[in-house]
Amino acid sequence: MKSFTNVNPENRQEVVSLLKKVIEEGKTASLAGGGSDLLGMIKDDLVAPDVVVNLKDLEGLQKIEPHSQGVRIGGLVTLQELSQHPLILSQYTVLAEAAGTVATPQIRNVGTVAGNICQRPWCWYFRQGFPCFKHGGDRCYSVVGQNQLHAIFGGGPSFIVHPSDTAPALMALEARFRIAGPDGERVVPASEFFVLPREEVSRENILGPDEVLVEIELPPARQNVKSTYVKIMDREAWTHAVLSVAAVLEIDQGVCRKARIVLGAVAPIPWHLPHVERMLVGQRITADLAGDAGRAAVSRAQPLAKNGYKIPLTEALVRRTLISLAG
Amino acid sequence: MKPISRRSFLERSGTGMAAAAAIPALEVPTFQSQPQPAEERGREVHLKVNGKDHRVKVEDHWTLVEVLRDHLGLTGTRVGCDRGECGACTVLLDGKSLYACSYLAVWADGKEISTVEGLAEGDQLDPLQEAFIEHDGPQCGFCTSGQLMSAKALLNQNPNPTEEEARQALAGNICRCSNFNRYLEAVLATSGKGSSRG
Repeated sequence: MKSFTNVNPENRQEVVSLLKKVIEEGKTASLAGGGSDLLGMIKDDLVAPDVVVNLKDLEGLQKIEPHSQGVRIGGLVTLQELSQHPLILSQYTVLAEAAGTVATPQIRNVGTVAGNICQRPWCWYFRQGFPCFKHGGDRCYSVVGQNQLHAIFGGGPSFIVHPSDTAPALMALEARFRIAGPDGERVVPASEFFVLPREEVSRENILGPDEVLVEIELPPARQNVKSTYVKIMDREAWTHAVLSVAAVLEIDQGVCRKARIVLGAVAPIPWHLPHVERMLVGQRITADLAGDAGRAAVSRAQPLAKNGYKIPLTEALVRRTLISLAG
Repeated sequence: MKPISRRSFLERSGTGMAAAAAIPALEVPTFQSQPQPAEERGREVHLKVNGKDHRVKVEDHWTLVEVLRDHLGLTGTRVGCDRGECGACTVLLDGKSLYACSYLAVWADGKEISTVEGLAEGDQLDPLQEAFIEHDGPQCGFCTSGQLMSAKALLNQNPNPTEEEARQALAGNICRCSNFNRYLEAVLATSGKGSSRG
């Protein structure tokens, strides 16, 4: 592996000033939460940071804290902790389930929630070092190449899919992300954190090179809410989603009062379906309505040559997820 | 020259192995007896491995598995893919399993590490190791130390796992001989027998 300097800042201000300093010196820095993915990318010469900023020892970002305005989740909380935390399991089930489906126990034990949200694409062209848009190149190789796992929504000019499991869950929960940067901190809704390639092709979110995602804020848990995360993989363990559905339904006396449905692995960002949610609100979720919702979910899909199978898969998974949650 | 057939190769190498086995005094040099000299540059980290304290000078980009194998001589931990995909490098860090190929040694400074070498006490194998033998878990054996450590992490936290829990716990360890079911049987056979030493 190429050599670099590892630094261990103690707090978020130190991280930001470190990043600023490294950039001013004309060098590059990479952030390491769990670090598993970063080290793989360095070994494969996909990134070559001069400085690795180890976030593991940052003060106060390893906790899940309930408070009057909801729940604060430190960016360094591991996926394992998130998947087993009693409050998350009971009140924010979709998030615990999503975290529990990530990779393997070994990865979940070190992998952090902020790292999972910010991980780079797993497009095979990107990971093999093809000079694609994501590497500063001038094309997306999947367009005329092997695009079985690529986007059916929101693609162009790059057709990567967002690889995170927790990101669709957090969008479905209307989470907000706290970002630390040189000008202080800002909080943005999860739905405004991710960016489509047509807006910004080289990265997947709004983070600048001197910014860091430090906390996730969940809104207060509501009564009568049921939520779930369903992940389809091409084998039963240790891989990314081919498709996933994060769904949060508020059902009172059999009637859907509120719905949030977000798809994973079908678009370059977690793919929110507001037009499907509007079909459900104020209705009893019957098998017929769930079927209509499934069809509506894929009505705007634009498949590539080899990923058309994702359309019936998405339609069926949305229908089944709604039926199982409402039942 | 007579071409080497598979049969003749096996016969000859079999003879060789028998001859080697017949020389009990044959000394195999180990890393423990001849540790590599510490690098001049780098920083010192403190690793407590299987209960023993080590102070090692490491460079920032060295992975934990490189230091365990190449500098502490603990070669029971394997490197398969070196990308956090195969699980052969699984060790426990403060009791939790992780891929030692995908973790820097400097990040492990001050932590407790358990490797496969720490499972047995002298000649007394850990019950998990016994069960792995009993159930014919290892074929080629390359993934075995990683399988053992994942199983150990599971049983330390959950001495009586369900089959599904055991499957999930072993999901991050690939066996190219495809002996997954044997490993699973061994773990389930060990559970509830008080295996959790170390």
